[in-house]
Amino acid sequence: MTPPPTGISDGWPLRDRVGYCAAWGAGLTLIGVAAAIVIYMAYRGTQYFDLGLLLESPNATLNQAQSGGFRDPIVGTAILLVLSTLIAAPLGVTIAVWLTEYGRPRWLARTVESAVEVVAGTPSIVLAMFGLVFFQQQWLGFLTFDAEGGAVLGRSFIAAAAMMSLIALPLVVGATREALNAIPGHVREASYALGKTKAATIRRVLLPAARPGIGTGTALGMGRVAGDTAIVVVLLGATLQILNGGGGSVFGLFRGTGSTLTSYVYYNSPAGEGLAPEKAYFAAFVLLVVVILLNFVVTRIAHGKDPGWTR
Amino acid sequence: MDSLSPPEPPRSEQDVVLGPPPPVRRIVIDRDPTVVAPPAANGNAPQARAGALGLASSLRRPEPSPGPKVERMRTESVSIAYGEKPAVSGVTLPVRQGEVLALIGPSGCGKTTLLRSLNRLVEITPTATRSGRITLDGEDIDRMEVTALRRRVSMVFQQPNPFPMSVFDNVAYALREQGSRRPRKDALYNHVGDALVRAGLWDEVGATLDHPALRLSGGQQQRLCIARALAARPEVLLLDEPCSALDPRSTQVIEELILKLRDEVAVVIVTHNMQQALRIADHVGFMYLGELVEYAPAEQLFGTPRQPRTREYVAGAFG
Amino acid sequence: MSDARVERILGAVACIVLALIAGMVVFVFEKAWPSFAHNGLAWFGGGGDVDLQLEDIFNSPANPSDYVYTLHAWPLLWGTFVVTAGAVLIGIVFSLLAAIFIVEFAPARINRVLEPVVRLLAAVPSVVYGLIGILLIVPFVGNHLISVERQESVANVVQLDGACLGVGVLILTVMIVPIMIAIVVDALRAVPGGWTEGAAALGVNRWRVIWTISVRTARPAIVAAAVLATARALGEAIMLSMVAGSASFAPNPIDGLTFLFEPTRPLASALVENVEGLSVVPFGETLFAFAAILLVSSMFLSLAGFAAKQPMRKYGVQP
Repeated sequence: MTPPPTGISDGWPLRDRVGYCAAWGAGLTLIGVAAAIVIYMAYRGTQYFDLGLLLESPNATLNQAQSGGFRDPIVGTAILLVLSTLIAAPLGVTIAVWLTEYGRPRWLARTVESAVEVVAGTPSIVLAMFGLVFFQQQWLGFLTFDAEGGAVLGRSFIAAAAMMSLIALPLVVGATREALNAIPGHVREASYALGKTKAATIRRVLLPAARPGIGTGTALGMGRVAGDTAIVVVLLGATLQILNGGGGSVFGLFRGTGSTLTSYVYYNSPAGEGLAPEKAYFAAFVLLVVVILLNFVVTRIAHGKDPGWTR
Repeated sequence: MDSLSPPEPPRSEQDVVLGPPPPVRRIVIDRDPTVVAPPAANGNAPQARAGALGLASSLRRPEPSPGPKVERMRTESVSIAYGEKPAVSGVTLPVRQGEVLALIGPSGCGKTTLLRSLNRLVEITPTATRSGRITLDGEDIDRMEVTALRRRVSMVFQQPNPFPMSVFDNVAYALREQGSRRPRKDALYNHVGDALVRAGLWDEVGATLDHPALRLSGGQQQRLCIARALAARPEVLLLDEPCSALDPRSTQVIEELILKLRDEVAVVIVTHNMQQALRIADHVGFMYLGELVEYAPAEQLFGTPRQPRTREYVAGAFG
Repeated sequence: MSDARVERILGAVACIVLALIAGMVVFVFEKAWPSFAHNGLAWFGGGGDVDLQLEDIFNSPANPSDYVYTLHAWPLLWGTFVVTAGAVLIGIVFSLLAAIFIVEFAPARINRVLEPVVRLLAAVPSVVYGLIGILLIVPFVGNHLISVERQESVANVVQLDGACLGVGVLILTVMIVPIMIAIVVDALRAVPGGWTEGAAALGVNRWRVIWTISVRTARPAIVAAAVLATARALGEAIMLSMVAGSASFAPNPIDGLTFLFEPTRPLASALVENVEGLSVVPFGETLFAFAAILLVSSMFLSLAGFAAKQPMRKYGVQP
């Protein structure tokens, strides 16, 4: 009978045996650490599980351990996700379409590509700082919270979403470009041969075909937006509750400040004022669930995405 | 037939002078066919062979190599199955040095699987199981260390697969990755040169050993793979349809190469192409649906096959 | 709408975004300039307590000509370098070995669970890692690993609590490893099977095949993963500000093992900690100087990553 293929056998020189053991060691460590993180977060999250906290608003009292839930941070995260996607998705698709389907003159296309890469590599704290100074200018005061004394505060959901969209932008651009490049040339040729203009081809043929890719990019971007803390801390401030910024209910909401799950966790940990680690753990758990769901959506879209061009 | 003149093209006011339209050509269809004389018969009894082969008789059979034919490998009642599906059933074959063994048969008959079992490459597929015994120089190959076995029994694949390195590094690969100490380049130079000469590639790449291997043509790449397989001085060389991806000129070069190599190594070649087997093989094994239907010297198997299945296959009844 | 007009509109949008991004870069450098101009090369040097210097800048008198800019940012630069280099070096080695494990040696059952978990870990927000760090690991280090003698050995320079360089490097490594593993695993799997099979058929053992063929072919991807990880490590502000220390101190390797237990504050964390003071002019300009350094580093990284991929193209390895 054939013996099963063995991993390592006697003939291996020492160098290879060391490599083999190192690979196994790394693998086992990886399993251990991954399991530890998952189990620990699950344990802490369920330990402090309290559905009521999801529905209550936080109270800004000194003893955080006794007061209030985090409905506001959850709403804040949702607002931020929606706003930043509304900005990043159309912009990203536009740029990606221009880069793949047009892209003339070449030097301009390459510069745009480099610019997107620069943004992708920029730390979010730098983006946050720039955003703060940018939105503190007088003429942009209508977009941010009205502080007393007429000074432009420079902080609001709109400001935060604008900067967050820069984080999601490279992901949308990249995924859309990949999806558009994957469409074979004969599809475009067929459309042109039928007399369609390039613009109509893009709108009616290419973009619908690229929809899974666009969806993947957007979901990836949303995942990163949901997880970012630096921009929130700088551009939304330390308020726990959502405060309307004045000027009507919806627009005022966007002009206002508040918190998100990430800043809530940050401020409730010993790094912020927080003396409520239990709430921080549960909030972190909820945040993890949100991010996991977004990633699940990504894998779903990505796996269902072959449109079957070749027959 | 009446000759038809073409209709006058409509003339319009702006019509520039075009000249007369070209004449219509007619196809003559009622002429007697020309008769071609049959070929003159000569005394080599090619008719008899043509009858059994269904082929023209101009193929030249190679001279058998002189000297004793040492038996190098032997399979005994080897059966291989992928999960539930049997691929090879109860095959017993000898592999001798000094001769070329060709395995022929229709697609899916198990000849490639049998070939791959000779260097235990079948093990890599997780669902594969093998029973029976295969020996190399009398030793059971299952008891051998698998990397040692594969150094003695080398394989060349259907698609040329040179590594993404220079020509020199490709051929020297097997020699370098053997032991713990890496041999120096000048120590390897002779071995590499020797392997390239034996593979018939030295004239073409000898001056440019540092060029990337992927820049060679298809035929050259396959010869490079043969050189790479020969570098470690194997005892048996396995070839899995080596010429199926190549043009006829490269095929011819490689076939001549195989005939030259058969004195130094035992050669087993799997081929889809019966003419190729006729051109280079000494012994032929015909497989069908996993069984070894017939094993005989080439003249006998192609000239007067004993089994009815063999006769049908050789006559081209199925493929 | 005509094609030309659509092209112009799309191009205009792309150019607006380009202008915004370019404007941002220019703005950062412009704001950063006064701090560099006032300090000259001494900006990068050492000397003095960075935290105290920052305080002085913050408390500058309101008169523009009296602005204080004095800063010797070496502790921040050194902290950034040590944390980033440490995490990336450990991370690369670990990720490569773990990726080899996943692709070649791990049983399929383990892979079915491990791979999705790794991809999941790549998406975990940094604040969660920071939370686990600050609530679990920092107290553990502070209470159990830092002995009283160790504290006294550096008591005249800096306070040792659990938040230190070692914890920062550890958690940062855990943060960047999953994405590197994902990239390297994809690259190892993309190596053409013909190459690995051909190498195995030459009698080379499994480890050597992976190392000399697959890893070599995957080198562009490994470089890309390293660049990505370095960019992420450089920009990590929140997690490091939570666990790496509360003082802008330059850990001293001469202290031996205590080196790992000394607090430090990389550039990005310094920004997060001090960002409230952005409106004070000289303070804000100093912060933008930090931002400028980070921006230059990330741009340089992208360039380096691009350049490192070029040499492998010649051997037929696709980046």
